[in-house]
Amino acid sequence: MGKAYLSIENLGVTFGHGAGASEVLRGVELQVAKGEFVSIIGHSGCGKSTLLNVVAGLVPASTGAVILDREAVSAPGPERAVVFQNHSLLPWLSVRENVQLAVDKVFAGKKSAAERRDWTLHNLDLVKMTHARDKRPSEISGGMKQRVGIARALAMQPKVLLLDEPFGALDALTRAHLQDSVMEIQASLNNTVLMVTHDVDEAVLLSDRIVMMTNGPRATIGEVRPVDLVRPRDRLAVAEDASYVHARAAVIEFLYARRAA
Amino acid sequence: MTYPKPDFAEAAPVAAPVKASVAVPPPAAAKNPGGGGLGRRAGAVVAAVLPPTLTVLVIMALWQGLSGDSYEGLPSPSRIWLESKELIVDPFYDRGGVDKGLFWHVLTSLKRVAFGFSISAVVGIGLGVLVGANRWAHRGLDPIFQVLRTVPPLAWLPISLAAFHEANPSALFVIFVTSIWPIVINTAVGVRNIPEDYRNVARVLRLSPIEYFFKILLPATTPYIFTGLRIGVGMSWLAIVASEMLLGGVGVGFFIWDQYNASRISDIVVALAWVGLTGFALDRIVALLGRIVSRGDAAS
Repeated sequence: MGKAYLSIENLGVTFGHGAGASEVLRGVELQVAKGEFVSIIGHSGCGKSTLLNVVAGLVPASTGAVILDREAVSAPGPERAVVFQNHSLLPWLSVRENVQLAVDKVFAGKKSAAERRDWTLHNLDLVKMTHARDKRPSEISGGMKQRVGIARALAMQPKVLLLDEPFGALDALTRAHLQDSVMEIQASLNNTVLMVTHDVDEAVLLSDRIVMMTNGPRATIGEVRPVDLVRPRDRLAVAEDASYVHARAAVIEFLYARRAA
Repeated sequence: MTYPKPDFAEAAPVAAPVKASVAVPPPAAAKNPGGGGLGRRAGAVVAAVLPPTLTVLVIMALWQGLSGDSYEGLPSPSRIWLESKELIVDPFYDRGGVDKGLFWHVLTSLKRVAFGFSISAVVGIGLGVLVGANRWAHRGLDPIFQVLRTVPPLAWLPISLAAFHEANPSALFVIFVTSIWPIVINTAVGVRNIPEDYRNVARVLRLSPIEYFFKILLPATTPYIFTGLRIGVGMSWLAIVASEMLLGGVGVGFFIWDQYNASRISDIVVALAWVGLTGFALDRIVALLGRIVSRGDAAS
């Protein structure tokens, strides 16, 4: 891989000390190139969310390191924006204010107030949420909340976008819409994305590479599967595609035949 | 903390008003919707006011029937009306000294509550944030708070009299020390219950401690704070009436005690109605403030 943009090196995470300590991750090695979309898939409890949280800086690494753009990750920061599973919008702020909070903080001193306002609206437009900009999170649907969460993360102009099961709590139709939106946005902005998921189809459809985790405790990367599908991908067209079917079969085989939980 | 949480009910999204595109609407069509709306509103008012009014009437009738016209014990409603007519009809009279209408007594008590309660609100929220945010402050202070909050308001009075030597600061201290605990405890619970997600958002955005306080902690805790304030204002009203009875001077508590000594039981009944209604109003005002401040969106 040579010079990777995001590099996870010999990463281990242990929670607690002494007898009560539990080793969640051990020896995780992963290199992600700039503009790449990588999914992490595994059974629940395998530590895939922990891995994402270490990259985010929300959980400290016990051993090893995460290096992003030649800098070691030690704390959370907006260059590694997270889209949380349960949207985590602030309920007392409107949709626009939720994004504006991030924009004002990240671009304080770099953009004027008017520029920051325009940038907020631009990002809401990107996820097609401009129409609801003055609504409160409690007034919009789950899928819309997640769109706003994505807009907030995108608005930080992160070096890597971290998605923590972003569509997990949504119904199938809404999920498909959001997956298409994420693909569109990623195609136009060329973001580097790391996504945790437990949905095989989602992983295959969205990813350039799928990272399969072994079961915990002491989980690590079991296998990495590239997905050789041309972009843009259409969910109907790819379903018949041989490489889609193969990738899907390989992931399912890994998850259910070899690592049955 | 078993107090009912103020219902920060979400106002139902109102449908956009239909724009009148017709220059002159037909009179019938114009009249009907307006009349219907007025009727509905009047209906809602009747539904809210009629049942308690009827209850009060039934209680008064029972009371009247049971106590009859005897001059022993609790006076009947009709005798209260005869004996305390001036007090009921004119709460604003002032003949100097302590011979004043109930409005002035209640106002004095309210001033004390406003002052003492303001102090306990500020100190209580501050202490609550400290106890909620800092584990060591919680371990060190929470047990003490849990013990102190069970001390009845009047038990504080001798100590505060000994400390302050004067009635007014003693009354203020009793209000403060009575009403602060629910504010501290509820604020602390609110701070501890700030969802991990909000904290993670703050961490990813690298909010400074001050930004975190004003942009995350305070808004996330507002419903809890107002629950505490609501309980606290009720308790301070309890405390002021009780402590004024012992401190003397002015105030509605003193008035009640003074009338008792003068054997004017009817006046006491009137004063009790004032005390109850004022306490109710205080509770509703704090609840309303809570709704305004949290802009009706406490729950996500």
